[in-house]
Amino acid sequence: MKAQLLEYTLRLGDNALILGQRLGEWCGHGPILEQDIALSNIALDQLGQARMLMQYAAEQKGGDFTEDKVAFLRPETEYHNCLLVELENGDWGRTIVRQFLFDTYNYFFYSALLSSADNRLQEIAQKAIKEITYHAQWSAEWLIRLGDGTEESHQRVQRSLNDLWEWTGELFSMDAVDEALLAEGIAVNLAEIKVQWDQKVNEILSLATLKRPEDAWMQSGGKQGEHSEYLGYVLAVMQHLPRMYPEATW
Amino acid sequence: MTETIWNILKNVADPEIPVLTVVDMGVVREVEVEDQKIIVSITPTYSGCPAMNEIESNIRWALEEEGYNKVEIKTLISPPWTTDWMTDEGKAKLQEYGIAPPEGSSADKSVLFGEAKKVMCPRCKSRNTTMVSQFGSTACKALYKCEDCKEPFDYFKCL
Repeated sequence: MKAQLLEYTLRLGDNALILGQRLGEWCGHGPILEQDIALSNIALDQLGQARMLMQYAAEQKGGDFTEDKVAFLRPETEYHNCLLVELENGDWGRTIVRQFLFDTYNYFFYSALLSSADNRLQEIAQKAIKEITYHAQWSAEWLIRLGDGTEESHQRVQRSLNDLWEWTGELFSMDAVDEALLAEGIAVNLAEIKVQWDQKVNEILSLATLKRPEDAWMQSGGKQGEHSEYLGYVLAVMQHLPRMYPEATW
Repeated sequence: MTETIWNILKNVADPEIPVLTVVDMGVVREVEVEDQKIIVSITPTYSGCPAMNEIESNIRWALEEEGYNKVEIKTLISPPWTTDWMTDEGKAKLQEYGIAPPEGSSADKSVLFGEAKKVMCPRCKSRNTTMVSQFGSTACKALYKCEDCKEPFDYFKCL
């Protein structure tokens, strides 16, 4: 149970850390100042949530592990984030689609995590859900704006939606870690989240005049440490400084 | 004893909004004294708030200056910080400073795909205002503009 809880904590922490890192790439490149700031704020929230989870993971690992070691010094195969969050940002529309698909999932996930039997995860969820509520609202509003916007914006987000769809299946697939912790009342039942996610996604896609892609082959493996070719590049940038200058401080 | 400590903390400014103290913000949750050691518990506003380290050092310095050298600072995440903990005095100071204070309690869930909240302009007091962006100059603020006096302003959003 201990090993499973650690892996579960890392999965949540890595989702937040890698998405935060990806969104950070937009800093200084957003289409307008206000939205550049919005995305940087969301990235910062993700990083803050990652820190709470990495601190918890470091405590579980024990010894001289610290949140920084957990965050920065693992090899690629030891990251447990879902594949969706490591994908390239692409254009603004693609970033919005990825954010919307993930935020909506994250919102229902953390709402359910509020009743986790693990005290610490419950506390982290209480803190995180307030922030995630703002994120989910922001990305849904942007998806509607772009989908129901110009012909160009509509086409681009529809294309991104079609491209990203195959990366959403993994969000809801339960493996042995999920099952074992669900039995203890610690983990979230992803089948229940799927129902809520479907309903919200359909509602927003319809407002955005976008067509929901057909479910077909779904990618998976991120949770178990098998990643797409994109994660290596994210880690190269993220880990460069702490690996080159291990004692660096602000 | 703890009252003396609280009074010292009432003079420690928030690094992001220097017109407020860490006590006005509701960031200081508890002060305990054990033997000769002072334990101050603080809580972050947003989980990624970059000011937390600075708040911690500022508290340490303020206490050291008054001769308290054995200080421990604990960070609590539960119960999570809420704008409801901001003191009325703090809200009044924010308003005077030009930042619209949080209105109502807890997260602004009503704006979820609905009409954004009509916040009062801190300059001309008009409620004819529009939200420009839910995310402003810091994680805790949204960006608004006043349609009457035309001034942009920050709104400290509810959390």
